Amino acid sequence: MIAVIDYGVGNLFSLKSSLQAIGADAVVTRERDCILQADHVILPGVGAFGDAARKLKETGMFDVVKEVAAKGTPILGICVGMQLLFDESLEFGRHEGLGLIPGTVDAIEPRIGADLDVPHMGWNSLSFQKDSRLFADIPEHAFVYFVHSYASFGCEPYVSALTEYGIPLTAAVEKGNVYGTQFHPEKSGPTGLSILKNFCSL
Amino acid sequence: MITKRIIPCLDVRGGRVVKGTNFEGLQDVNDPVALAEYYSDNGADELVFYDITASHEGRKLFTDILTKTASKIFIPLTVGGGINTVDDFGRVLNCGADKVSVNSGAIRNPDLIPNAAAKYGSQCVVLSVDVKRVDGTFHVFQNGGRIDTGLDALEWIKQGVENGAGEVVLNSIDTDGVKKGFDLEVLEAVNQIVKVPVIASGGAGSAEDFVTLFKTIPGISAGLAASIFHFGEVKIPDLKKKLNEEGIMVRL
Repeated sequence: MIAVIDYGVGNLFSLKSSLQAIGADAVVTRERDCILQADHVILPGVGAFGDAARKLKETGMFDVVKEVAAKGTPILGICVGMQLLFDESLEFGRHEGLGLIPGTVDAIEPRIGADLDVPHMGWNSLSFQKDSRLFADIPEHAFVYFVHSYASFGCEPYVSALTEYGIPLTAAVEKGNVYGTQFHPEKSGPTGLSILKNFCSL
Repeated sequence: MITKRIIPCLDVRGGRVVKGTNFEGLQDVNDPVALAEYYSDNGADELVFYDITASHEGRKLFTDILTKTASKIFIPLTVGGGINTVDDFGRVLNCGADKVSVNSGAIRNPDLIPNAAAKYGSQCVVLSVDVKRVDGTFHVFQNGGRIDTGLDALEWIKQGVENGAGEVVLNSIDTDGVKKGFDLEVLEAVNQIVKVPVIASGGAGSAEDFVTLFKTIPGISAGLAASIFHFGEVKIPDLKKKLNEEGIMVRL
């Protein structure tokens, strides 16, 4: 069973549908016991980091995610859900993250060059930095869908894929059983479904 | 490298896609779910569903269709039409929309964009603007281009983005339906003043028009069209092949 953590951030319709489409048994939940029993856990997220981190704490999910990670259950953070895996974010002040992967989330705008739009929105290609089971059958330069104005920095040892947007940006990270994608696999067509399938078979 | 997006727009009324269509292999060309699947399988980077019904029953049908589509298609889906309140955002987001486009609703209610952005995030708030030239300046038009609001389009767009819109769809009434190309003048002006992605709409008549658009204004993020795709005058895989040959990055 795959637990998708529902902590009141964003719209989980597509994520749930995409998991159903690959035949996964997905439950959207904020029940601690259910999440701790799950074989795989997904931490979604959109919007502002501070707001998401606050809701993660308010719903008690902050500690549950840490427990899941410590247990060794594969966990996948998506978009802001991935950003939450890091130590901290500098989006509208300084906010504490889960600290599961070393690194800092910061604005892309001052770094990417003045002629590029913010948010980084649309289909961009992946460049793999290491062998990852998440991307086992995904060809180099496969396109996936991004929407974000902040990205993770200082996490080089854990970067599994980069994408180019003025500068190389972190597209995916992994550290042991903790995985993250800055892009939305649930919105990335057949490539995204394959990535979700790979995660579900870890 | 980020790619230029090609976006077909489907007008839906009473649960059916309006405007005749011409597709090989599609049994029911007015079935929005089938058409959305067709586009998704044939190179569309995103889809826009535009709800042109006004009745309550029509709304219900529309959200049913949206739910069905979003359960089957895993590319970004934007919904527009009849979005007047933050509750309307919730209604379509809960049925599987990823982004919500506001037009007249934002003109009637200046708090709509900031409130929706605060609740759901800027990434899902799309400001759609119908623009027409009046005495040498660009005005915002309302109600499908029938009413001149008197608002200066560039000011309106700038303000909408400051208030939290994460993307702008610029539809030029002057070029819409003419099929002689996008309105490069107004697109360039808008591209200069906002940092968020700008989607060009209105005027595409051929693949060449998309090449001209992206070559003349490299900052434009996407091109949107309806009838040329629906009637099969331009096929998206051919269009993308052409753009690629011209050195414009697309998702193939």
